[in-house]
Amino acid sequence: MKKHLFAYYRWLFLFLAAGVCLLPLWATIIGGFKTTGDLRTNAFGIPRKWIAENYLSILTSSRFWQMLGNSGFIAIFTVALTLIVSSMAAYTLAHLRFAGRRWIASYLTLGLTFPFATAVLPVFIRVRDLGLLDSYWGVILPQVAFNLSFSIVLLRGFFSELPKELFEAAFVDGCSYIRMFWKITLPLSRPILATVGVLSLVGSWNNFLLPLVMINKEEIYPWPLGIMQYQGQYGTDWGRVLAFVTLTMMPAILFYLLAQKHIIAGLTSGAVKG
Amino acid sequence: MAEYQELTDRRVAGAETGAIPSRKRSGKFSSGKLTTALVFLPPAMLIFTLFVVMPVGEAGFYSFFNWNGYGSPQKWINLDNFVRVLNDPIFHQSLINNVLVILVSALVQLPIALWLALLISDRSRSSIFFRAIFFVPYILADVVAGLIWRYLYDGDYGVVAMVYNWFGQEAPHVLAEKGWATAALLVVVVWKYFGFHMALFVAGRQSIPDDVLESARIDGANRWELTRSVVLPMMRPTIVLALFFSILGSLQLFDLIIPLTDGGPLNSSHSTVSYLYTFGIKRMRVGYGSAVGVVLFVICVLVMIFYKQIFMRERKES
Repeated sequence: MKKHLFAYYRWLFLFLAAGVCLLPLWATIIGGFKTTGDLRTNAFGIPRKWIAENYLSILTSSRFWQMLGNSGFIAIFTVALTLIVSSMAAYTLAHLRFAGRRWIASYLTLGLTFPFATAVLPVFIRVRDLGLLDSYWGVILPQVAFNLSFSIVLLRGFFSELPKELFEAAFVDGCSYIRMFWKITLPLSRPILATVGVLSLVGSWNNFLLPLVMINKEEIYPWPLGIMQYQGQYGTDWGRVLAFVTLTMMPAILFYLLAQKHIIAGLTSGAVKG
Repeated sequence: MAEYQELTDRRVAGAETGAIPSRKRSGKFSSGKLTTALVFLPPAMLIFTLFVVMPVGEAGFYSFFNWNGYGSPQKWINLDNFVRVLNDPIFHQSLINNVLVILVSALVQLPIALWLALLISDRSRSSIFFRAIFFVPYILADVVAGLIWRYLYDGDYGVVAMVYNWFGQEAPHVLAEKGWATAALLVVVVWKYFGFHMALFVAGRQSIPDDVLESARIDGANRWELTRSVVLPMMRPTIVLALFFSILGSLQLFDLIIPLTDGGPLNSSHSTVSYLYTFGIKRMRVGYGSAVGVVLFVICVLVMIFYKQIFMRERKES
């Protein structure tokens, strides 16, 4: 009897919480199909009259695709550079012994203590002085820089736990360090590389503050800037804005459905192990 | 993030033994080592120094100037920026809002997340399904979450309007009323981030070995006793960590605020970072913004030291 009651409450609460989670999303997706009058009185229901125009006008505009392309470009280069630069550094710090290694290792993890907002104005000045304002690289390079600390910590931890017999054997066979990196470390480290990749991909795709400060040119707006501009332009024409919001969240939701395990593990990684 | 450092500290010790054995007499070998280090380290060092370390140092330097960003900083004004920041009621409000976020997180969000996590930490199909759903708000960009809720809160459209209309009443514009706007923000924070904490708690719960629970069960502990005297104490580190993430998250909160309230009405719903953006970056007051950044930095460092102390002490005790 008691067990029965628990099961009953469990379902009740779970469905309640799931509803709270999903209803806002449902209202948004469905809202994109509604007329303004409908939106006023019928937030959660099926549209009284379905209109596709909001969605179609966005999907057929070059601006929308341009925006996603910009975000994609920035994200791909951020992830690639983060992985390359941090895995090289992590490998050196995990496997080579040399004077000053500890010092360099703690230097590179300093970033874990720095809130990005503290650095944002000087980063703006630096990017401007380098002539990179209003360019993809003005966003990519600082993003990579601020990814380095956690990436190096995660990668280095993983690298140094790889079985050292492999490296000894390779070493005896005359394998160079750089080859060991390519042939042993990287292929064996796919899970952690995936974690770091996911973390920097999601971070870059969703980043708002950095592009907001660095980019003033509409043609290279990543989508979070584009969506704010769209909202500013159409104000409370909520049908349009909701359709736009829905379309921009689709890539993230698709990605989540495809790689859910990696994403949850990645975004919470390091956290529990500490 | 201190837990990362924690992690490094331990790993450094481990890495010492895991390092590839070095043969001192082999000249070829050591030169290979040097080349590798000289090729592999500089990119990270360079990017990191240029875009992280130097800017933080520069923020400290600029904070003593009245500077609009053009030319070089010339007008040294001592601590004026800091005096103004620390005396600005809007800045005080932003700090209060940060504290409110932390409080609501600790008293509402984390208990809900923990409780749900305990309901769905087993490996049944329904648990996996609900875990996936509860994580969805977290994967959305903050900007998206902010816009969705701006719609839901809109007094003419959305949910608030609908509910009031049921009762034949004129709906308030929640986001346009001082106090209510901040409350509305807190609701969105809970909605957006509880899934993240839930995922942490699920992982923490799953790391408790089955035999510990089994032996408690054999000793006759019922579900509630099991939770209270075995599960929760063993999850304490995870809970401490989740709270730490809440604090850090609150200190970084920005993306959500801009689309939702933009700090308004009457600058009542700013966080520290949105304050920095509005009064430093938007108006290109580099010195003033940097001073805000330095204050934020000091707060973060203090939080981390404080956290580490508690966390370390617990470790020693256990």
